[in-house]
Amino acid sequence: MAERSFKAEVEQLRIGANEVFHGEGILAVTKALLQSGVAYVGGYQGSPISHLMDVFADANDLMRELDVHFESSASEASAAAMLAASVNYPLRGAVAWKSVVGTNVASDALSNVASGGVTGGALIILGEDYGEGSSIMQERTHAFAMKSQMWLLDPRPNLTAIVDMVEKGFELSEASNTPVMLELRVRACHVTGSFVARDNQRPKLTVSEAAEAPTRDTERIVLPPANFLHEVEKIEKRWPAGIRYIQENRLNEHFGTQNDDIGIIVQGGLFNSLNRALELLDLSDAYGNARLPIYVLNVTYPLIPDEVRDFCSGKRAVLVVEEGQPEFIEHELNTLVRRADLQTRIIGKEVLPRAGEYSGQVIRDGVAKFLRAWAPDRAPAETPAAPPALTPAMVPQRPAGFCTGCPERPIFSAMKLVQKELGEFHVSADIGCHLFSILPPFNIGNTTMGYGLGTAGASAFKPRGKRAIAMMGDGGFWHNGLTSGIGNAVFNQDDNLTIIVDNGYSAATGGQDILSSKAENANRQTNNPIEKAVRGIGIGWAKTLTRTYDVAGMRDAIREALTSPEKGPKVLVAQSECQLNRQRRVKPLMAKAIKSGQRVVRERFGVDPDTCTGDHSCIRLSGCPSLTIKPNPDPLRQDPIAHVENSCVGCGVCGEVSHAAVLCPSFYKAEIVANPTRWDRTRDRVRNWVIGAVQRRSARAIAARTF
Amino acid sequence: MTEDRKRIAIAVLGLGGQGGGVLADWIVELGAHNGFVSQGTSVPGVAQRTGSTVYYIEMIPDGPAQPVLALTPVPGDVDIVIASELMEAGRAILRGFVSADRTVLIGSTHRVYAISEKSAMGDGRASGERILAAANERSRAFIGFDMDALSAKTGSVISSVMFGALAGSGALPFPREAFEAAIRAGGKAIQTNLAGFAAGYDAAQGRLAEAVEAVPAIRPTSAAGRAFFARIEEQLPASAHEFAIEGVRRLMDYQDARYAELYLDRLAGIRSVDDGADDWRMTREAARHLALWMSYEDTIRVADLKVRASRFARVRDEVKAAPDQLLHITEYMHPRLEEICETLPAGLGRRILESEGLSRRLHPLFKKGRHVKTTSLRWFLMLSLLAGFRRWRRGTLRYEIEQARIEDWLGLAREVAGRDPALATELILCQRLIKGYGDTFARGLSSYSRIIDRYRALGGHADASTIGKLREAALADEDGVALTGALEELQLAS
Repeated sequence: MAERSFKAEVEQLRIGANEVFHGEGILAVTKALLQSGVAYVGGYQGSPISHLMDVFADANDLMRELDVHFESSASEASAAAMLAASVNYPLRGAVAWKSVVGTNVASDALSNVASGGVTGGALIILGEDYGEGSSIMQERTHAFAMKSQMWLLDPRPNLTAIVDMVEKGFELSEASNTPVMLELRVRACHVTGSFVARDNQRPKLTVSEAAEAPTRDTERIVLPPANFLHEVEKIEKRWPAGIRYIQENRLNEHFGTQNDDIGIIVQGGLFNSLNRALELLDLSDAYGNARLPIYVLNVTYPLIPDEVRDFCSGKRAVLVVEEGQPEFIEHELNTLVRRADLQTRIIGKEVLPRAGEYSGQVIRDGVAKFLRAWAPDRAPAETPAAPPALTPAMVPQRPAGFCTGCPERPIFSAMKLVQKELGEFHVSADIGCHLFSILPPFNIGNTTMGYGLGTAGASAFKPRGKRAIAMMGDGGFWHNGLTSGIGNAVFNQDDNLTIIVDNGYSAATGGQDILSSKAENANRQTNNPIEKAVRGIGIGWAKTLTRTYDVAGMRDAIREALTSPEKGPKVLVAQSECQLNRQRRVKPLMAKAIKSGQRVVRERFGVDPDTCTGDHSCIRLSGCPSLTIKPNPDPLRQDPIAHVENSCVGCGVCGEVSHAAVLCPSFYKAEIVANPTRWDRTRDRVRNWVIGAVQRRSARAIAARTF
Repeated sequence: MTEDRKRIAIAVLGLGGQGGGVLADWIVELGAHNGFVSQGTSVPGVAQRTGSTVYYIEMIPDGPAQPVLALTPVPGDVDIVIASELMEAGRAILRGFVSADRTVLIGSTHRVYAISEKSAMGDGRASGERILAAANERSRAFIGFDMDALSAKTGSVISSVMFGALAGSGALPFPREAFEAAIRAGGKAIQTNLAGFAAGYDAAQGRLAEAVEAVPAIRPTSAAGRAFFARIEEQLPASAHEFAIEGVRRLMDYQDARYAELYLDRLAGIRSVDDGADDWRMTREAARHLALWMSYEDTIRVADLKVRASRFARVRDEVKAAPDQLLHITEYMHPRLEEICETLPAGLGRRILESEGLSRRLHPLFKKGRHVKTTSLRWFLMLSLLAGFRRWRRGTLRYEIEQARIEDWLGLAREVAGRDPALATELILCQRLIKGYGDTFARGLSSYSRIIDRYRALGGHADASTIGKLREAALADEDGVALTGALEELQLAS
């Protein structure tokens, strides 16, 4: 079960022709796939396309009715390899992942499928995680499209355009025997809107029908001599066919006026931001009626030479609005203009920043610069910016961090305690929520080399005395870490420690189930223990701790693994359920139990304000959002005191940490018993009678020495 | 751009997990049901895990043509900014989303502290006043109040209070009922959300009854208290009264009247060497820090505070236990052999600590932290017994040690005051470093000692600002790196 339930969205997948679909961009894609008669869908979750995977996972019944096969792939490589089904058969298939990272993982299979070419339409849906809110390295997927020759669609960010491009994408793929990439930026994935639906199409051929009647064509297999033929075929057949389809079906669009001596070429996905920039420069309105010509590239690869020539001829200068670097489109435009022997200047990165997201403001500034150089009469007056009201130092940064009660936090608290005893360690981090350890307050982790690659990232360290530590999440472990990390460590006789965070979900991507999930899932095989897997691959020293919140236990286990005389790779599986998912699972159950009169014990933690002295050691070892500070109620003290907010879920890490680190006696655990039994109440009465009597007596003593 | 634009741009700034998405959905819904084309976007991803995040909504009256709506807010072009926390309002201003000619800024004035603010060893909080000043100055209208408190009061979530504030601000051309309909259409926790909405609406319309809690000055209630009060008024400068009164009150509670008397005697010693500079800052700060030091947190004090009836009531209130629910309290205590010995009579305690054999044998008994269930009879009576040791506190090893330290500190301050009063004040302020328990206490004490020792090693050739800098360095990091650096620098300079 994922972080969100998509039941309502699944219902929308069923709507028929002329009904209106409302929702996010990425959900519009799910409906568009069904409307296109897709036969199979796969992919790997990750922002910003997780919802696509989640919706299909929740839409099992509908998929079965339509005979569409859906798979939660083990990795992007698995997903991309799935496209093999479209090589020999006219099966339409789609796969999705977060890019550029997922495309990196998938690229072996992608190169193969792009080399041999496809018979059925193959669509690769990419959430381009670039710019604000991104969590990965800033690179362009565009390069992959170019190097493997796959067409790249970058539709205008509105639902109708996106849906249209999904359907056209399949046709383009089939017309040119080439896999097609559909790139959606983060905000386009999450933009809300609506489009007029069409009926879902059952696939013309289903995957089971294809399997029952196999056909093969050795010319589609990447092996000499076919591999050499493929390259020629790409250039001589598939390229012209692709160009022809794009041109004939007018996938690229024109906006604004026709005749001008300047113009703008823009990636489809940036069109709305460009129009806003022009609107603010008085050169367009809210409906895209620009007062200069705009050529919108809904297909950013390949460019269409005739269309570019027609647009550029008669213009002195054309601005190209292209996000990211290297500026592949700008380079190609220059080549095309040269080949057409036009004198038009192509202006791109000389007025727009080379790096970073192109927000409305960035584009406005770039267009203004362009106008000043090429159409000064239309350029805005330069107004000096008002001095800033605040400086960045006045507003504290708020990096992402572990959630309240996160079971990963105590692992790093324990590591911090071990480091206090044994000194600093080299820590090879992985991808996942656990990577937040590199930030304050933990400051643990040296490098991260990719999903599931924590252990491999430590493999160069062959310790003499001091072992290196590698982190890995359960998601990354099943994605590839079992072989790339653990298997590699066994084979190469490593002596490092790998800590595998086993929280029961692919948590960072939205809480999807994976092989080792504890949840029973009707459509997936779960409950495959990680320790069993690592032992199976040859690990001798493996240990599973089933409660990460036991900070002292975690600390002792880590210390043991780091100091044990035994040689060889060591694996510590640190197991506790992702709190975000646990709360969603447990909270309604608890509320129901209390309502129905059952005895329920709720736990939460607190800090006594009169014993807390405001040193915040506890916060430096925990960093829990619900462990915060508040003004010191003591008029003599200046430093704020620690304070536990009501959002506390009672995981107990703050108490355990103060115990393990010998911090202070200010933490307390409160157990609140709802619907106590008669025995509870009797015991409580007896206690209160004694405690009350003693307290009254001491209250008199306190009163006797009152001020 | 034409100023008669119909488009409305709204940015919602919040923290991941705070419910900004719900608010954004309501606003989109609101526009869509009231004749507008309405679009929302967000950048979830990792920011959802407690980081800052922005939701952006645009709406424009529905018409025959399809509008082109943008996906990012552009500085100078945002009509409404809603911030769920004070620093997020600051971030909106910093990013240029708030402009004086256009933007209605609706922001909660409460604080959710960032990790850098929380984890500082002293006080790392950013200044809220600067943000409030900028919010008033840089927006067309600023509607700010503590929306978190209102949501707690109404048992709702902050997004419903913010939505109410948006309705109450009148910044959108929709009637109140339209907003409420959007909440109903959401279908979740409708009643509590409507309650939060109403509270936010009223507050935005200026109908917020902001109860200002004035802290009443402490006045004596006992004969002993009155005598002390008279002595403070007579012997100490007015600026030191507040701290001295609190000091006396605390030390009477901590030990007894005789102990409070000792406090005032010691304070008088400082007062007599104070030149009165800066409104008697030396005496004022001595009143504060002497009281803190004299009420050092020993096991007796901790036990005493833990078993009080007033504390049980406070916990019950804080954890929101209903009257018909039972409450158990468990403490996380970790008394080490040192602390136990320090609670023993000085001779005995010292003998154990000095005897290697005894220490070694007893140590394992105190290696593990204890879960002390204060609400159980066994532990309650045990802690009460320990609290009762107060009577014999003067005989404990810890008392002996702390009083010697205090006398040493005061002696140094008095001696320096004649030459350099500002320096004496700085030395007094160094007490701030000594706080906490266990390792934390040891670290603080060691920082304090390193500074004082260095001062003495320099033969008194240090000025006030040097000591102040060393104190700041001691608070800069846990491992004493900054302090070591500062001390080394001093070594080179001398």
